Amino acid sequence: MPRIVGVDIPERKPIRYALRYIHGIGPKHADEILERTGIDPSKRAFELSENEIAMVSTLIDSEYVVEGALRRQVAQNISRLREIRCYKGDRHRRGLPVHGQRTKCNARTRKGRKKTVAGKKGVKG
Amino acid sequence: MARSLKKGPYVDERLYTRIDKLNQQNRREAVKTWARACTIVPEFIGHTFKVHNGRAFVDVFVTEDMVGHKLGEFALTRTFRGHTNKKEGIRSGR
Repeated sequence: MPRIVGVDIPERKPIRYALRYIHGIGPKHADEILERTGIDPSKRAFELSENEIAMVSTLIDSEYVVEGALRRQVAQNISRLREIRCYKGDRHRRGLPVHGQRTKCNARTRKGRKKTVAGKKGVKG
Repeated sequence: MARSLKKGPYVDERLYTRIDKLNQQNRREAVKTWARACTIVPEFIGHTFKVHNGRAFVDVFVTEDMVGHKLGEFALTRTFRGHTNKKEGIRSGR
């Protein structure tokens, strides 16, 4: 199993797709990397020569923000928003959607599983 | 959608000239403003603004990290005091 940038071990898939298992590399970057290293995108990951793997690794190391570094960058951006106590930071702190979506219903990704409130539907007062 | 780069950031003219004047005189004083949509530019760093939130003026002290944001982002317009307390049937909080 070839290892590219640290822990990532993409498998028997064409590298064009295998590369996308690296956090921070999606369809666009995967194709870009292969074009720049001149590797056939349909070649399977295990068919790559040592040399090719090294080429891909060095390219990613030098020019892409990936995995831990990327996660750190994202977390830093969020904590910056929190610290300057702006509206967006506040939304992050409260675990509510940040981009102005409605929260009357839905927004479950941010709010987590439904918390049922007893007696909410019945007659009020 | 993001603002066109051609136009540059939106900065309230009158507010900017006021801050510019304060900077030239090396003075700091709270500036009342309604220009919530005004982008914070580096010249604003270290000044305190009183930004209107629809009801009152909220003190906003501008730090370096705030550059590029709008003044309004720091003066919230809504008060959320929590949902009705089930047992007591009244608003909780505060």
